[in-house]
Amino acid sequence: MTTSTSTPTVQSPVRSAPPPTSTVRVVGRRLRGLAVALLLAVLAIAVLYPLLWMVLSSFKDNREVFDHPWGLPGQLRWENFAKASSAGVVRYFVNSIIVTAASIVTTVLISAWAAFSLTRLKIRFGGFALGVVLGGLMIAPTVALIPLFGLLQSLHIYDTYWALIVLYTAFRIPFTTFLIRAYMIDLPREVDEAAILDGCSKSQAFWQVILPMCRPILVSSALLHALFAWNEFAFALVFLNNPNLKTLPVGLMDMQSRLLTDWPVQFAGLTMAALPMVVLFLIGQRQFLRGLTEGMGK
Amino acid sequence: MTTKSRAWGGWLWIAPALVLLAVFVYYPILDNFRLSLYSWNAFSPAHFVGIDNYRTAAQDPVFWRALRNNTTFAIVSLICQVGFSLALAAILEEFVHSRLRGILRTIYFIPAVISITVAGILFSFLYNPQIGLVNRALEAVGLDSWTHSWLGEPSTAMGSIIAMSQWQSIGYTAVLFVVAIQRIPREYYEAAKVDGAGPIRQFFSITVPMVREMTTLMVILTISGAFLVFNEVQVMTSGGPSNSSQVLGTWLYQNAFLQDNMGYASAIATVIFVITFVIAVVQLVVTRKRRVEL
Repeated sequence: MTTSTSTPTVQSPVRSAPPPTSTVRVVGRRLRGLAVALLLAVLAIAVLYPLLWMVLSSFKDNREVFDHPWGLPGQLRWENFAKASSAGVVRYFVNSIIVTAASIVTTVLISAWAAFSLTRLKIRFGGFALGVVLGGLMIAPTVALIPLFGLLQSLHIYDTYWALIVLYTAFRIPFTTFLIRAYMIDLPREVDEAAILDGCSKSQAFWQVILPMCRPILVSSALLHALFAWNEFAFALVFLNNPNLKTLPVGLMDMQSRLLTDWPVQFAGLTMAALPMVVLFLIGQRQFLRGLTEGMGK
Repeated sequence: MTTKSRAWGGWLWIAPALVLLAVFVYYPILDNFRLSLYSWNAFSPAHFVGIDNYRTAAQDPVFWRALRNNTTFAIVSLICQVGFSLALAAILEEFVHSRLRGILRTIYFIPAVISITVAGILFSFLYNPQIGLVNRALEAVGLDSWTHSWLGEPSTAMGSIIAMSQWQSIGYTAVLFVVAIQRIPREYYEAAKVDGAGPIRQFFSITVPMVREMTTLMVILTISGAFLVFNEVQVMTSGGPSNSSQVLGTWLYQNAFLQDNMGYASAIATVIFVITFVIAVVQLVVTRKRRVEL
């Protein structure tokens, strides 16, 4: 806004000189605007329509699913959701909540400790410790599946919630520490140094000064971890066998093979599984994006 | 004495992270490498076979098919999630009123927060010849001959899975590009406008070079993501029909947990590890070199 103080006076006579080209330009611009609007609208429909179809189909009966795939349901059949619930969705839901909530706490806490140690305590071989933590970013869970299978069995946590909680924590520590560390580095050192001068111990400085100041990034980290843990599939598939412990992503697969052609109930189950994260995203959009871009920018 | 204890005391805070990483991330990777040199399964003791499992891989047509599928996945994802997403982000920033821009961004992002299982099952319904919308839409516009049993035919299964994956990820990367574009100082664009550069010119001579760092990151993440892909395929086809949509991840899973060829599966895991590790190292080198240049 402020930069264009001198340029218009130089440019304007040139620009307004030939009227015919300017009308061509206006038409061209209109066409371009139209093309852009069309593209964006088509894309929005392509993104949303499958989801809309999922939600609408979850209220239909089997005949409507077949005969009126594009139409609205004749009535709102909430019983589909009740059926999906008793077919296992509630059980899977509870399991997902347990694993997600527990691993949020462990991951964020352990990562915050690590970030505190890396940014505030001058530890010996700190560079090495940082390398070990961030190096984990380069390692993909798939590669570890087979050895973990034996390891979890010998630790007697195979086929328990703990298997997932421990793995979700271990594999997300690198990313979460990376996020929190980037934020802690930018916090003014004077504050915690003052606290320590006032007689706070390191531990008090962490709990009472640093951690509260990190609240925004802790929220972002927790949200991103929730997204990961709620949707994780490979570990849940391989390390849980007991149908009563299965989380949503794997449970839904089981349900699909059990219900086969009871389409509306399947759609209802999918809708129920997708809803929490969509709602969480719509509420906490800003925190989600901060987490993602904080991770990207540094 | 006190300074020494302080220097080590800080390790207590990071110890839980390091222990968990050592036991559940680093040790399994090393162990996997060792296991790949043995022939073993859940019920029989292991015996050392050297690099036999890797020889098996080299002669296994499904392994090569899987590697090819991963590569296709990577190429399509690069075009859509880096090329198209960057263009989409630039269009959103350049042409769309800020109010609407926020709404569109939210819409485009939504598939990324839905689990791959939900998206995978949903798309398997969309592709389903009985109830799916894809065939019905084709029939509605008179393209009956284009209809397929999309996930049931070897020629279309992999492509259909890749298409679903693009649906899920384009908006996600576009939003990240939007953030990168917003960090470009507005003056550059204003100066370009004054010089008479149109939007396309501005895109190529300002936007593309200025988001280079984000683009590099996205290229790396997209490629390594494509070589790690597992969920989409496992949910939608389990690698079928007749192994046509097999990728390294699902072939590993099948060998390990369904066919009990643990040694061979470990060898496949090592291949995946080497590919993704090389990509990660390339990223480190590229970003460091660029830092030095700047």
